[in-house]
Amino acid sequence: MVRRPDCRNHSMKMDSKITPSDDILVKIRDLRFSRGSRAIFDGLDLDIPRGGVTAIMGPSGTGKTTLLKLIGGQLRPDGGTIEVDGQDVHKLSTDNLYRLRMRMGMLFQSGALLTDMSVFENVAFPLREHTRLSESMLRKLVLLKLEAVGLRGAQGLMPSELSGGMARRVALARAIALDPMMIMYDEPFTGQDPISMGVLVKLIRELNDAARITSVVVSHDVTETLSIADHAYVISDGKVVEGGTSSQLRESGGEWTRQFVNGLPDGPVPFHYPAAGLAEDLFGGTS
Amino acid sequence: MGLFSDLGAWVLNALQRLGRASLLLLAMLRGFVDMLYRPRLLLEQLYSVGVLTILIIAVAGLFVGMVLGLQGYYILSRFGGETALGLMVAASLVRELGPVLTALLFAGRAGSALTAEIGLMKATEQLSGLEMMAVNPQYRVLAPRFLAGLISVPLLAAMFSVLGVAGGWFVGGGMLGVDQAAFWNGMQDGIDFQDDVINGVIKSIVFGLVCTWIAIFQGYDCVPTSEGVSRATTRTVVHSSLAVLGLDFVLTALMFGE
Repeated sequence: MVRRPDCRNHSMKMDSKITPSDDILVKIRDLRFSRGSRAIFDGLDLDIPRGGVTAIMGPSGTGKTTLLKLIGGQLRPDGGTIEVDGQDVHKLSTDNLYRLRMRMGMLFQSGALLTDMSVFENVAFPLREHTRLSESMLRKLVLLKLEAVGLRGAQGLMPSELSGGMARRVALARAIALDPMMIMYDEPFTGQDPISMGVLVKLIRELNDAARITSVVVSHDVTETLSIADHAYVISDGKVVEGGTSSQLRESGGEWTRQFVNGLPDGPVPFHYPAAGLAEDLFGGTS
Repeated sequence: MGLFSDLGAWVLNALQRLGRASLLLLAMLRGFVDMLYRPRLLLEQLYSVGVLTILIIAVAGLFVGMVLGLQGYYILSRFGGETALGLMVAASLVRELGPVLTALLFAGRAGSALTAEIGLMKATEQLSGLEMMAVNPQYRVLAPRFLAGLISVPLLAAMFSVLGVAGGWFVGGGMLGVDQAAFWNGMQDGIDFQDDVINGVIKSIVFGLVCTWIAIFQGYDCVPTSEGVSRATTRTVVHSSLAVLGLDFVLTALMFGE
């Protein structure tokens, strides 16, 4: 008998709305989104409180990056609503959507630095595009942003000369260039060595507190993510399995969350890929 | 039934792609307004799309003209008509070979580079990154490249024809002893500005538009993987070449038909 994770009726799902509505920056209701015949989100409800670090965790392929693209208006949902700062993202005109994006930063998994520009020019890019700052003021701002991520000395390097961790820090400096109200981090810790990971963990928390912004961290690196998150959600099968504070999730009694948070090889998510019984396969005479 | 459903799916897919390509073309045309305020974006692309293609166009134009001079001389001299060599070389280049070969070479050199560049920008999330920085990549990245292609191809075709005529003159007048005055006078008398030169320019503008549009669309619409970018680059060269040859027939029939 193959076991499938049953996470739809978990008791802690109620915690997915964790703060009063005034303090909610991103409000997602009944979100539905499919790719082909596969449903990625099937009635997802989720609130992201203003001013804190919110983690969205889940196994690979559960649609965490897709969720960020839906919040940023890069993808359109099949149903449901996503409100950012009171505005329904998918009902905005193109101009208004771009205006809203100027208040959102996003750190892509790959960094997404423009490869034909130096580190300095990459960080200066959003400022050049959206402001009329003088060159000297722009230079000061860029150097301050690079100082914040510890890479002022790398201003003259090209993206191809940066390590993975440095590229993400430059991308982070670029994401905060316009002083956004919210930054979305897409798998910021993936593929990082322990030192780079530690630096990124520290930066995300410190930037969030220093600039009083809202941070949304999408990740499957449980330890690092929960160490800086004020609130966290675990999603699977297109819905929120459980939500709450980091400590609530760590101490969760939910079988699914316990398996995910502790990295257990077997549980509601089975170790074995669905298959017929072993005896039947071995002695059944079929190949 | 399988054949019909496959055919139906292919047609639907082709129509969807055509629709997406048309919407992209409209967006890029709207993006031209942006460039009035930021001419530097256009100048950068004119360099990478146009200037860097000059060498291959110049060398090809020169050799094609020299071959035309040789072949033309051998055929015309059979009838004692070698004084018409200048006209033959110039008419062939201005009407047909200049626009067509320039477009084919442009698709191979600049078109494939455009597709690969835009495809890789998509694969490395640079285009998504621009969108999230509230910068429209269709205006900021694609429109300057499109306009640069549109401007470059007619200029490159003119350069191809001029160097081709020079090559024909070098072989005919310089090596084979065709009378130089007859070479240039025959060309001046026989080439009509409206019928030959302007029609050739119109052809090269159309070819430039089609080749650049195909190259940019293939990059923008590709599957964002290394294999997807590779396939898109191949499609750019194949589709552009076929489109140029097919359109050349249609335009020639319209321009020079009775």
